[in-house]
Amino acid sequence: MAIADLANPTRFLKFANRTIPWLSGLTVLVFAYGIDQAMLAPDDYQQGATVKIMFLHVPSAWLGMLGWGVMSIAALGTLVWRHPLADVAAKAAAPIGAAFTLLCLVTGSLWGRPEWGTYWVWDARLTSELVLLLLYLGVIALWRTVEDPSRAARAAAILTLVGAIDLPIIKFSVDWWNTLHQGSSVFRVGGSTIDTSILVPLFIMAAAFTLLFFTLHLAAMRNEILRRRVRTLRLMQASAVS
Amino acid sequence: MTPLGAILIRDMRIAVRVGGGALIGVLFFLVVVTLIPFAVGPNLPLLKQIGPAILWLAALLASLLALDRLFAADHEDGSLDLILTGRAPLELVVATKGLAHWLTTGLPLVIAAPLIGLLLNLDAPAEMTLVLTLLVGTPALTFIGLIGAAIAVTLRRGGLLLAVIVLPLTVPVLIFGVAAANTVGPVPFGTPFTILCALTLASLVIGPFAAAAALRQEME
Amino acid sequence: MNAVNHMGFIVASYAAAVAVVGALVAWVTFDYRAQRQRLADLEMRGVTRRSTPARSERAIEQAKEKA
Repeated sequence: MAIADLANPTRFLKFANRTIPWLSGLTVLVFAYGIDQAMLAPDDYQQGATVKIMFLHVPSAWLGMLGWGVMSIAALGTLVWRHPLADVAAKAAAPIGAAFTLLCLVTGSLWGRPEWGTYWVWDARLTSELVLLLLYLGVIALWRTVEDPSRAARAAAILTLVGAIDLPIIKFSVDWWNTLHQGSSVFRVGGSTIDTSILVPLFIMAAAFTLLFFTLHLAAMRNEILRRRVRTLRLMQASAVS
Repeated sequence: MTPLGAILIRDMRIAVRVGGGALIGVLFFLVVVTLIPFAVGPNLPLLKQIGPAILWLAALLASLLALDRLFAADHEDGSLDLILTGRAPLELVVATKGLAHWLTTGLPLVIAAPLIGLLLNLDAPAEMTLVLTLLVGTPALTFIGLIGAAIAVTLRRGGLLLAVIVLPLTVPVLIFGVAAANTVGPVPFGTPFTILCALTLASLVIGPFAAAAALRQEME
Repeated sequence: MNAVNHMGFIVASYAAAVAVVGALVAWVTFDYRAQRQRLADLEMRGVTRRSTPARSERAIEQAKEKA
């Protein structure tokens, strides 16, 4: 089935109804395997068991950025191609990305307390991640404040594309500035500096979280399409009465 | 349901709806606090020292946000005229709207303050003290704000005028709120906190009376 | 590094993850049910989309059978 076929909301609903059940099941399975591997992974020789927080913290960070990336592509879909489902994809992704950004900040804070002695520090990486959370909350507020969904979509699309500048800042903040947060250790030139016994569980957990993101996103898109139908029908009903 | 109860529920429902401003107040609070380290520098001991003051200032500014629509929205759709000609005393109606505003704007700020205090490196005793002073002080901010909102009701762009009117009136609350929040010791009780309580109690009375008088003036 | 002292932080992190994921799943599920309920209510009242003209009578029949 071509992507273009999914542009029709009714067909998308059928696609979602078929896909969400097995995708959720797959997500649960990969999580089960990932958590099992994460618990079995050895302790870090310096940090001890607290390194296990990494299996939550790093995937959450990636998902927070993935969410904004999905919103950015959807924003292009809205502004450039006027793709009918782009608005729905963007609006549905925002709360999910925001939640994982928040989880990243919380788990990072809980990891920072035993490691660095403080819950928070205003270094470049943490600050740019907090700014990402504020951007998410701002765009969610924008979606909720503008009543007409298509006008809201265009405004949110512009805000999303402007805000996308934060993503490279987050990624390269540890290289460009002197930060307390550790430098890049997974995706870097010259290969990862993390030992395979911890790196493999990390990637499994990342895969689990990514599957979770797309399951939630599909479900949220389905809800948003239904919500718009309700709105259209109510408007029809109101105008029929008057 | 009594008329005042109906007004309370209606105002709260509008506040949490689209464009209402209830949770946006908390978001604004967070944004303002985030800006401070960019301006002042990420110096953690300094932030811990000025933390209570920053949080009080940010709470004050965030409280102002939903105020300008408090009476203006009712004025625009005609409900204010109905309220003025209704049987419930205008002072009580105004007080009820103030209560609704505090419940939807002020109280969320009090709840969010400890989490945001973590960003400013506040420790647990400082946070508890701060929350208590905000809990007592934010009603005063709302009820003093009612006066400005009533004065600015007929203006279309009354937001900035309202801020200019209200902010000087809130200075005593700010002074004693921050002083109480900075009190060393297990509990914040002491002279500043007592005066803060007194200010709030006074504002609960003066605010509605002054606002009602202003509304009657403006609507003639 | 005393790993026993840090167990609280590790547990808190996993609890936070469970809470966040749980909240997302709950949001998606309850929102789905709410929208389906609203659509069913509207359909019962005879308000349908243009592409389903004859649905309203059938929906009323089904609603009667359910009741």
